[in-house]
Parts: sequence; C-alpha cells; structure tokens
Amino acid sequence: MTWVNVLIQGVMLGGVYALLACGLSLMFGVMRIINLAHGDIAVVGAYLVWETSTKWGISPFLTILIALPLMMALGYLLQITLLSRSLRGGQLVPLLTTFGLAVVIQNLLQQLFSPDVHSIAPQTGSIATAAWHLTGQVSIPVIGLISLALAVAVLGGLQLVLRTTRFGREMRATAEDPDTAALMGVNAGAVYARATAIAVATATLAGAIFAIRSTFGPTSGSTQLIFAFEAVVIGGLGSLWGTLWGGIVLGVAQAIGGHIDPQYAVLAGNLVFLVVLASPRGRAIAAEVAR
Amino acid sequence: MTAETGVPSTGWRVGRWTLTSRISIGVVAVVLVLLAIVPLTLNDNAVEQLTSLLIFVILAGMWNALAGYGGMVSVGQQGFIGLGAYGTIFFTHRGVPPYLAMVLGALTAAALSLPLSLVVLRLRGGQFAIGTWVVAATLAILVSLDSDFGGGTGTSLTGLNVYDQTMREGYTYWLTLGFAVLVLGLSLLLLRSRHGTALQAIRDDGGAAASLGVRVLPLKLVLFVLAAFGCGAAGAMILANTLFIQPQSIFGVQWTAYMIFMVLVGGLGTFEGPIVGALIFFGIQYEFANGGTWYLIGLGAVAVFFALVLPRGLWSLVEERAQVQLLPVGYRLLRLRSRSSPDPDTSGSPPSG
Amino acid sequence: MSLLEVERLEARYGLLAAVRQVSFSIEDGERVALVGANGAGKTTLLRAIAGAHPHASGRVAFDGVDIGGLPAHRRVPLGIALVPEGRRLFPGLTVEENLLVAAGRGRAGRWTVPAVTEAIPMLDPLLGQRASTLSGGQQQAAAIARALVTNPRLLLLDEVSLGLSPVAVQAVYESLRSLEGSGTTVVLVEQDLTRALAFADRVLCVLEGRIVLEGAAGTLTREQVTEAYFGLHHGGAAATGEAV
Repeated sequence: MTWVNVLIQGVMLGGVYALLACGLSLMFGVMRIINLAHGDIAVVGAYLVWETSTKWGISPFLTILIALPLMMALGYLLQITLLSRSLRGGQLVPLLTTFGLAVVIQNLLQQLFSPDVHSIAPQTGSIATAAWHLTGQVSIPVIGLISLALAVAVLGGLQLVLRTTRFGREMRATAEDPDTAALMGVNAGAVYARATAIAVATATLAGAIFAIRSTFGPTSGSTQLIFAFEAVVIGGLGSLWGTLWGGIVLGVAQAIGGHIDPQYAVLAGNLVFLVVLASPRGRAIAAEVAR
Repeated sequence: MTAETGVPSTGWRVGRWTLTSRISIGVVAVVLVLLAIVPLTLNDNAVEQLTSLLIFVILAGMWNALAGYGGMVSVGQQGFIGLGAYGTIFFTHRGVPPYLAMVLGALTAAALSLPLSLVVLRLRGGQFAIGTWVVAATLAILVSLDSDFGGGTGTSLTGLNVYDQTMREGYTYWLTLGFAVLVLGLSLLLLRSRHGTALQAIRDDGGAAASLGVRVLPLKLVLFVLAAFGCGAAGAMILANTLFIQPQSIFGVQWTAYMIFMVLVGGLGTFEGPIVGALIFFGIQYEFANGGTWYLIGLGAVAVFFALVLPRGLWSLVEERAQVQLLPVGYRLLRLRSRSSPDPDTSGSPPSG
Repeated sequence: MSLLEVERLEARYGLLAAVRQVSFSIEDGERVALVGANGAGKTTLLRAIAGAHPHASGRVAFDGVDIGGLPAHRRVPLGIALVPEGRRLFPGLTVEENLLVAAGRGRAGRWTVPAVTEAIPMLDPLLGQRASTLSGGQQQAAAIARALVTNPRLLLLDEVSLGLSPVAVQAVYESLRSLEGSGTTVVLVEQDLTRALAFADRVLCVLEGRIVLEGAAGTLTREQVTEAYFGLHHGGAAATGEAV
C-alpha cells in the first residue's frame, strides 16, 4: 500500500517541477534562450519569501503576493539589460551570460545569507505537514495538492493567454519571426521582456512552494535547473502541457528511486532523462531545437 | 606548400608560414625547453604552482576546442575531470603504478566519452549544455554511491608515498607538461589539417556546413573525445597535485566556471587565447583564491562582461591590432616579389582562418 | 509636401553598400514601381523605408517628419506597411490570427479584418487554417491582406510575384485592384516589367544601389527600361535622367 503513497508523492512533486519548468519552457519557446540561471532565480524567490515572512511574521502565502510583482519587475529589467544584448551575440552568448549570472547569484546569496539551508515550512503553520488521510495507509499531503493545482492553473492560464489574447498572439508571432512581427507593429523587445517577467514569476512561485515543501540553500538553484530542464525534455519541447507530463514522470521516477534508497532519488530521475534523450523521441526533441 | 614553378614574377600564393609564425614557433620551442627543465632549476613550491598553471592551460584549451571550434558549450566537462581522477584511483587500487594509473585514468575518461556521446552529441545549444551537466551530476552521484571510492567523504592517492616530495612534484609536473603538450599539439594539428576549416564552419553554422558536405558529427565526436581525454588528464593531475579528492569538488560545476572564464577572457576560438586566459586566471587564483564567494562573484561578473562586450576575448584585440596570428594556423595570402624569393611577411594581408 | 521624401539614403551590409545616395520623393496617392535586377538593392531600399534596415546615412521623411531614428514597429502606426519578400506569414498562426496581430497594432480605418476578407474573397475559407498550410498564391494574398489591415498610407510590396504560377500572380494583382481609388500610396518592387509598367504611374529603375532611370510609366519605352535595368546605357548622365 505504501507504493500508492509513493506514486502520490511523485505526482505532487511533479507538479512543482512542472511549475518550475514552464518558465524555462516559455523563455525557450519565445526567445530560444535556455536560461541557465532559471533555477537560481527560483531560489532568489524562495529567499525573498522566507526573508519577508520571517522578518514580519506574515504567512508566506501573502508574502508570495508581494514577492511576485517585485520579481517580475526584476525579470523585465534583466531582459532589457542583459538578455537582449546576449540575443544579439549569437548562439553561445546567451548561454555564457546566463551561466555567469547563475554563478553571481549563487555566490551573492551565499554571501548575503550564509550557506545554511532554510525552510519556509515553519511559517506556514500546519499546512506544510497537513494531509488528508484517505485510508489507513494512503494520504495526500495538502501542500502537494496545492502545488499540483497551482501548476495546472498556471499552465492552463498560460495556454489560454497564448491562444486567445492579443498579447499571446503577439508572443507567438514574435517567437516565430521577430523581424516580421516588428514589421507588423509588434515591439519584439517588449514581448521578450514580458515573457521573461512571466517566466521569473512562475519561477518565484515554484521556488516558494519548493521552499515550503523542503529545504533550500544558496546552491539549490543548480539542481532545480536540472530538474526543470529534465521535465521539459521528458515532456517534449514546445508543449506546455507536455511540461506538466514531464514533471510528473520525473517526480514519480524520483519518488520511486528515493523509496528504494534515498540516495537513488535524483539518480533515478537523471537516468530516466538520459534514457529519454537516447531514445528516438529524444532525437526528435533534439531536432526540434534546430527549428 | 611553396609551388614556385611556373609562377609569374609578381602575384600571390597561398601559404601557411609567415615570418611571424616562424619566429613564434621558435619561441615556443625555447619556452618548451625552459619548461622542461623547471623541476631541475626551481624550488618545490614553484614547481607545484606551475603544475597548477599547466592544468589550467589544459582545461582552457579543451573547453575552447569544444566551444570555440565545435560550437559546443559544455557545462559538464567536470564529469570527465572527475572520471580522470577517479579512474586513476581505480587503477591504483588494482596495483598499477600511480603515474601509469594517471595515464590510464585519462584514457578511461576518453573511452567513456564514446558511449556518452551517443546521448549528448545529437543535442545542440542549451540542450547540449544542460545535457552534459546532467551527465556530470549523474557520474558524481554514481561515484559517491560506490564505497570502493570512499563514498561522499572522498579518497586519497596513496601510491605516491614512495616518492619524496621533490621527486613527486617533479614527476607530476613532467607528466602534466607532457599532457599539455600532447593535447594542445593534437588540437593544433587538427586545426592545421584539412578538417580545420571544416571545424570553423561548423562552429559558425553547423547546418550550412553540413549542406556543403562537411561531416559534422564525426568532427564533433573527435573534439568531444579529445576534450574528454584532456579533462580526464587534468583531473588525474589535480589528484596528483592535491592528493585528496571528494566527489562534490572534483565533479563540481565550478570547474566549468573557471574554464568559461579563461576562454572568454583569453579569446574564444583562437589557439593562443585560452593560454592567455589560463595565465590570467592563474594570476587571479594566486592572488584571490582566499576571497571565497566574492572571488566567485567577481569571476562570474567578469565572464558576463566579456561575453557581452568582448566575446572573442583579449587575444582578439591583439590579433586585430597587430594583424598577427602567432601560430601557423590557417592560410595566408602571400605576395611574391620575384620568382625565387617570395616575401613571406605581409603585415597588411587579411587575416585568414 | 510629399508623402515620402528620401534624400541621399545609404544602406549597407557590413562594408557593402546596397543602397547608395538614393534620392526620390513620392506623392500621396501615387503608385510607383521599383524595378531592377536581383541584388540591385530594391529590397534593401524598401526595408530601409519600413525601418527593418538601418540607415547608414541620409534622410527619410514621412509626411514631413524625419523617421530615420524610428524602429520598424513604430513606423507602422504612422502608416507605413511592408509586405516582405517571401511573404513571411507567421507559420504556426492561422490566417485570421496573422491578420489580427497586424490589426492590433495598425491604424484605424476602413480595412478591418472582415473588410479585407470581403475584398479578397479567396481568404474567406482560409481564415481558420494555419498559415504554413497555404499555397504560395494564397500566402501572398494573406500577406497583402495582413499589411492592409494596418490601414497604411504607404504600402510597400516586395516581389509579390516571386515563386508564383502565372495564374496565382494574376490573382494577386486582381486583389491589388481593390486598392484602386482608396488613395493608398503604393511602392511595388516587381521583376516583371510588363506588370510593373501596367500597374504603376511612375517607374524607378535601380542598378547597383542607385536610381538610374526615373519617369512616368506611360512615357518610358520598354527598351529604355530594359537598358537601364541591365545597365546598358551608352554614356553617363544623359540616359540616367534624374538619378543622383
């Protein structure tokens, strides 16, 4: 019966991964940038929420609402300063800039906050540990359900925006052909900046949720980036719902691996990722990048 | 290369050597000789420092081979560094003499790069970057799970105890020098070969190169294996230099950060650039390594600055100003003065390659 | 005051000058054909006017206002629209979405999405289809519609007959008829001299980045235009008319 719990845990975890991954997916879809600092941005969000809720004693669910607009503004700024310049430099430059950014962010966090790990769980009261007990042995953690619901809501919302709103249309058009979009009156730079802001916002949300569920530290960003990327690849590039699916597969793989032995958790996820990459599907994914 | 028969009295020919490159090769030969006698002339500390410098040169050269010539940005070379180090441990545990084990360790890294290439080489751009990172992280986990290697707490190279310190440092230095000359020499040969221009084409536009008949994948594979060997060698020598390693540090992504810094600052895509970058990095490391996080923040910020402002690094400034390419890579248009005595040094000729 | 004034415009690719010292003006309501061989600089000239290509030097004034510093997306609300060479529809978007993107950023006016669909009826059944599935002729019609929907005062058309069958080209020029009487100023880049001369009031011939022949369509003979097109004129200034 505990296997059912493991599966549930995996699916819940997958929700968080999907939430983290959709920002990565969005930035790649619109700008063809893989933001190597994405995980670290999520960690910055986590620190922001942690810092404000411990300092002022407010529930993290409220501080998230404060953190979001702040982070979105930072994301917008990041795009118009650093990333837009990187885009002009060609293929290699965005990777190098975002990697450098990741190094700077991680060490800046370590300098400001010490290498210790923290968790936001204590500030959330009982929600972090609450669970619904369906049967004697099967339980669904509340926070897990919240994260899964959030992931579905955010992904669904993004999909809706992309398909039906003017802003979404312009984003899709700019993603396909920024020069022609400009000829039609669309400011590609502004579109990119807004896409980055959205990506940063989802990352912040994911970071905060992650921080409630477990611990985080200045260097957590690297592992988070890897998980997000794995989720995107497993689910298939270019599909937002694929990201949800990929996140869940990754979460379940990690949960199963971790159940066998805690040290195997991350390894199991990596192995699933590598297998997908080596498979024909993986080859198709790689070909997609060439587009 | 110098076809003089039937050549008109004024005109151009295509050649590879200029006066500048002849002088440079001469200088390089002298430098190599000087480097070779270092352990006989300098004290232990200097030898150890120079070994570190040579390790940096190897790392920078290899990352540049991947990114500068193959267009492949790898964020996972630390995987091969770790493989080289732990490969060495593996062989010493089985009774192999330590210095031979180091060579075998490097070869192990190269050998393992072959199956790994099946997974990562078809990726491009950011996917290749993160793919290599995942591979390195996976290798780190696998190693730390193996109790044979001491698990997460690390392990040490004991076989070197038979040598006294001076001899050990001397032998370590020579082996490092040997590796450095080998991998840099191989990459120079690759550049000079008929694959050299193909490599540059791939770096600039893989798809276009393929449409011209350039066999992209085999060339990328050669670079990948060479870089794996070089990084494996570096890893083995890092172990020899420090005698103790842990999975988190030898497989740590900070090695990639160092490599990116060296290559960006020195000059991406040039042969001389990474060497310049390694020298600069060595100097910085010497001065500031105790700066902790501020040091890394500085490195990252400088790397970002160079990526945005001067992606071809400091060496590109030298190349452009002096119209100089020190080593005979690439082709040059040389003007002929008369039938029998070509003028090899035309500082106004367009830089090629 | 002319609608469009171009003074000594120069546009480059790196060190190569594609448009050299070009000067001309276009009046409101005129229909001008820009002819010339491949590589003559016609596309670069149109793109420079639309803001898609930087001006190395010179001046472009629209309605008397210098637009040199404006990026492409800021010229659209002023009333300049370019139908790019090769159509360049957004492949993953439907035809209707392609139109909506442009309509959302253009000027208000008679050309709404329904109006354009009515004027170019072949588009009606295609509205829900993804642009990548359209034939060449259909794409061209859609691309013209997309530019129209911004209600331009100056419509720039780049090689609309490129790669199309004669039937499709005919259909495209039919749809351009809907512009007649609407007062839209049109600059058409066209390799087919017959069509160019039939469509336009005035003809400019471009060779190696310069304007080498200029005149009213009715007064120029095919021979004159062909000679200028290929650079076959004997002697310099006489045949070059008002070229700079």
